[in-house]
Amino acid sequence: MASTNWIYGLFPGPDSADRGVRALRAAGVVQEKILVMSSEPYEEYSFTRAEHETLMPWLATAGGIVGGTCGYLLARLTQVAYPITVGNMPRVSPFPTAIVTYELTMFGAVLTTVITLLITARLARKRPEPYDPEISNGKILIGVVDPADSARAQLEDSLRQAGAEEIKSTGSR
Amino acid sequence: MAAKTPEQITDDLLRPLQGASGRYWSFLALFGGVIVAALCAFSWQVYAGIGVAGIRRPVFWGFYITNFVFWIGLSHAGTLISAILRLANATWRRPVTRCAEVITVFALSIGATFPIIHLGRPWLAFWLFPYPSERGIWPNIRSPLLWDFFAINTYLLGSVTFLLLPMIPDMALIRDRAIGLRKKIYTIVALGWRGTPKQWHRLESAMQIMAVAVIPVAVSVHSIVSWDFAMAPVPAWHSTIFAPYFVCGAIFSGIAALIIAMALLRKFLHLEDYLLRIHFENLGKLLLVMSLLWFYFVFAERLTVWYGNDPSEMTVFWVTQTGSFSPLFWLMVVCNFVIPFPILAIKKLRTITGCVIASIGVVIGMWLERFLIIVPSLSHKYLPYSFGTYRPTWVEITITAGTFAGMAMLYMIFAKTVPIISIWELKAAPEAQSHHAPALAPVPDSGAD
Repeated sequence: MASTNWIYGLFPGPDSADRGVRALRAAGVVQEKILVMSSEPYEEYSFTRAEHETLMPWLATAGGIVGGTCGYLLARLTQVAYPITVGNMPRVSPFPTAIVTYELTMFGAVLTTVITLLITARLARKRPEPYDPEISNGKILIGVVDPADSARAQLEDSLRQAGAEEIKSTGSR
Repeated sequence: MAAKTPEQITDDLLRPLQGASGRYWSFLALFGGVIVAALCAFSWQVYAGIGVAGIRRPVFWGFYITNFVFWIGLSHAGTLISAILRLANATWRRPVTRCAEVITVFALSIGATFPIIHLGRPWLAFWLFPYPSERGIWPNIRSPLLWDFFAINTYLLGSVTFLLLPMIPDMALIRDRAIGLRKKIYTIVALGWRGTPKQWHRLESAMQIMAVAVIPVAVSVHSIVSWDFAMAPVPAWHSTIFAPYFVCGAIFSGIAALIIAMALLRKFLHLEDYLLRIHFENLGKLLLVMSLLWFYFVFAERLTVWYGNDPSEMTVFWVTQTGSFSPLFWLMVVCNFVIPFPILAIKKLRTITGCVIASIGVVIGMWLERFLIIVPSLSHKYLPYSFGTYRPTWVEITITAGTFAGMAMLYMIFAKTVPIISIWELKAAPEAQSHHAPALAPVPDSGAD
């Protein structure tokens, strides 16, 4: 979504924003091209229900497995590579190995979760993204990326009729 | 309390970030002065050697390790409590969580410095880390002190991210309202947050995973700190009860620290409409439960030692009950149980002031508890010829005071740079979701405080 060609409306609340999204869908805009931004999650509304599929829990689990494996190898190989007198006890002591493995499992899971969030939520990117500071004042941005020039007027109309207080656009007309 | 609109919530919670009063700078200067004194004391210790501290045979763990255990315990205030309340979907947690999570990050960072201060030669601290050393000297994986390294770092990573992730939307909010240098700084820390449904959903998912992950890590951290003691054959240390006892004590002191921090924030940042009596009451009830649990653990521990009648353990037992450490022991019981129990159990006394008084007692009592676990056992280890005493020196006392001042100063600076209450979480609360309807009115403030 690094396009610099978009059109959007600023809505005063979630109900009108919901109408805006429905109006865009009715105008034939596909879900992937609809922009939604808000200063709150608004989980109860249908306009926020896109893209809820995520692999994050699985990736966190995988990260935990990688971390745990590293922890186990670190603990085990250290005890094998640098043997100390253990007085007839096991050379690779099970309890310390389990503790180090456990801690690094959690370390791996946490680290993977954070990295997955940064990547999948498209955070810390340098490319310009559409945004309007009015969102921080409680406005909800509903718009379209790369609208066809011929459809711009109709989209503007749809957004305005749905309750947009302000319409803004960039790119060609 | 008047209902708040989302706009009012934003304005109220961003107000503390605008400018600072003379009182703020005076406190900052005071705490800064104590920190400078502590740094001077530490520099003197580095220059002159660890001998300037009071630790000497047989008591090699004194104030520094007491502080280490105390601060790591205090760190359980935030992330653990916040994660439990998040998973339990307790909506009243929203104004409380960030205040709590900040305590965790700062307390953990302060606590983690004490083993390094205690080393005497801090420039060799890296010898403790598990890395391929050309000297062929690897840290002993069997040592609980090394487990601390892994546990504290994992908890620190989890706590820092647990604090920072929900801060991103609020950073974006400030970014959009700031100008000049502040705008540049907040633009960087907002990480390009725009508030798309995908970002909100991923943030929620990440917070759920973190909440699940961080609870067992928090429990493991203080269990491992307890094993620093319980794995050693020292009288009154070698106990199976130590891990849960330490975890209980950590949560106990953590809640107390959180109540004190919330009361100070409420007063100095004028957050009376957000940190309500109900929050203190709920935390007060939790503190009451932990006080009872703590008493139960202390009783069970003493009862087992008494019936075991092992001479070395009984020596430590008597020295704490009736001997030279008894004033500190009974002061601990008063602070941790005798004062908080009636205050928190009687509804009329469970006011904000009451909760703060009980919490101050608990923080003092829990510091004493850490001291009483460490010093009496080390100074009365088995044969009487090896008995010894411990007197903290000005160096240890100054460094200890410096860490308390450091905690206060870090908290003050944080509260002036980041909204201490999560704005978006508060606005997203179910009672605020009806929008423009009464946003913040869980229970009316009876005005007792």
